[in-house]
Amino acid sequence: MLKRLFPHPLLSLTLVATWLLLVNSVAINSIVFAVILGLAIPAITRPYWPDMPRLRRPLVVVQYVFVVLYDIVKANIDVALIVLFKPRRDLRPAWVCVPLEIRTAEAITVLAGTITLTPGTVSCDLAEDGHAILVHCLHAPDPDAVRDDIKARYERRLKEIFE
Amino acid sequence: MTDLPFWAEIAVSVFLVIAGVFGLVGSYGLIRLPDPMTRLHAPTKATTLGVGGVLIASMIFVFATEGRVSLHELLIALFLFLSSPITALFIAKVHLHLREDQSTLPQPSDGLGWAGYTVETPARGVRESLDESDDAESR
Repeated sequence: MLKRLFPHPLLSLTLVATWLLLVNSVAINSIVFAVILGLAIPAITRPYWPDMPRLRRPLVVVQYVFVVLYDIVKANIDVALIVLFKPRRDLRPAWVCVPLEIRTAEAITVLAGTITLTPGTVSCDLAEDGHAILVHCLHAPDPDAVRDDIKARYERRLKEIFE
Repeated sequence: MTDLPFWAEIAVSVFLVIAGVFGLVGSYGLIRLPDPMTRLHAPTKATTLGVGGVLIASMIFVFATEGRVSLHELLIALFLFLSSPITALFIAKVHLHLREDQSTLPQPSDGLGWAGYTVETPARGVRESLDESDDAESR
């Protein structure tokens, strides 16, 4: 019964929290509406998302969020410095192919988003079989180091979280 | 003018100035960087901190003037983090199709190509079926 009511408890919780943030108040009527949304949306969208992955290591999720936030700040400063001070001829843009060990679609999506948000890299395409991701680097004198960095910093943690 | 405590005035100003600087640098990068792919980097990153700075300033301002914690801003940040990589991906894909081809890119190791080139896109499929119907009519 509980399982049918909450097919994705985490999704329901996220929806409730999002709605409460949207209305920006914790009044009884907004909580009631938030719970209604939290029940209805997962039930309606369930057929489209049959095997939603569960998060295995909640603590690693928290750690991942902070690592990414730190990297975003660092990325902003790095990119700003490159834009302002690096002469064009010293710029070394590069395409990098990052082979993936993670296989869950959701994990790959999170990884691609993270890559785009962090130091001088944008994820551009996925291999046909989903086993590699194409990344463009703004300034990468050493493309292999970028690849290893992505694998060690993000992919390892995502693998722990999703698989 | 609302009566803002001194510490809040300083903090709000600092975050607004930081945000402004990063927003400006991000936009300047659009002009300065040499080609479409590198240009993509400046606005997707530098502006994240630009918007983030405004949001933090807004949270401090609300906290100092009304004494409540406003969490609206976290939601804006969340939606930004969801939408900005997707926008960047769209632009990158267009660039891949118009300006690059398989020979200028590193290939994935297992011999299959990048999905953007090898998988039949719906748009292409639609066009082909339209062409076929045109042929059928002309015959």
